[in-house]
Amino acid sequence: MRLKCEHVWSYISEYIDGSVDAQVREEIEKHLEHCEICTAILDSTRNILVLTGDARTFEVPVGFSERLHARLAKELLATKIDGGGGVGSLFEG
Amino acid sequence: MVGGGGQGKKRTEADFRVERETIARILSGETELFHDLIRPCERMVYLTALSMMKDEAEAEDATQEAMLKAFRALRSFHGAAKFSTWLVAITLNECRRRLRTAKRAPAETLDTGGMEQEGDFTPAVLTDWREIPLEALERKEIRLALVEAVGELPAIYRQVFTLRDIEELDVRETAEVLEISANVVKVRLHRARMLLQKRLAPLLKASLPGRKRSFWSTT
Repeated sequence: MRLKCEHVWSYISEYIDGSVDAQVREEIEKHLEHCEICTAILDSTRNILVLTGDARTFEVPVGFSERLHARLAKELLATKIDGGGGVGSLFEG
Repeated sequence: MVGGGGQGKKRTEADFRVERETIARILSGETELFHDLIRPCERMVYLTALSMMKDEAEAEDATQEAMLKAFRALRSFHGAAKFSTWLVAITLNECRRRLRTAKRAPAETLDTGGMEQEGDFTPAVLTDWREIPLEALERKEIRLALVEAVGELPAIYRQVFTLRDIEELDVRETAEVLEISANVVKVRLHRARMLLQKRLAPLLKASLPGRKRSFWSTT
């Protein structure tokens, strides 16, 4: 089987995650050897994920942590930890 | 997974042991240790809230509320899931509650069922990405463009992308907290990544007129 570009694109995400099976992976790699377009798409997608993983990209607002801990400090004193079991409301959709 | 680790260094078994011990001490009355317990999860919880609320102030408020709810419910955390994943689940529920109360944009925010968005999920076809130098990825405006592009993804894709690629939850954890199947997680993640690639690849190209280097040819 010879993969078409569109077919390779449909596997790009799983290929990056390493979750395509061995045979498909081999087919994709064969295709990439001669296809600059798919190689560029793969590289660009990977690099977006590199940027995503960069801690500087998605940041918390300035002062976020201080405000969070200040509120916790104020409210933890007045807040009781529930006894076992009574947390149904947490997970009511 | 690729990426530099959204949460910094990967947590080790020793980290999890300390986490379990800290929880036991909090439950025994050392409540001030809750501050230390949540510190490594703050960014994750905030970004989860932001992926739902789309507004920084609302996301911050939801984060604070979710942390307080987690504190009150700490006794119900039995360690079957990771503490961080448990916090994310609480945060998602807090955000859903807020969105439902505000009755805001229901078609966007509550559409997490079987319906998938129509759209073009093919990538941007570039032939010269490999000529983009490494420095491009160091530029602040490229990072800002990515933040903006993620913010503009349809909600169902933004949530999966946030959990999988920013927070680095695995497919099973993501499926669990979003209450969808693993296969739906994979499909949505693929679409999210393709939408981002399509949007950002031309931006990167346009931002670098006339630069010629073959950095990517080594990959």
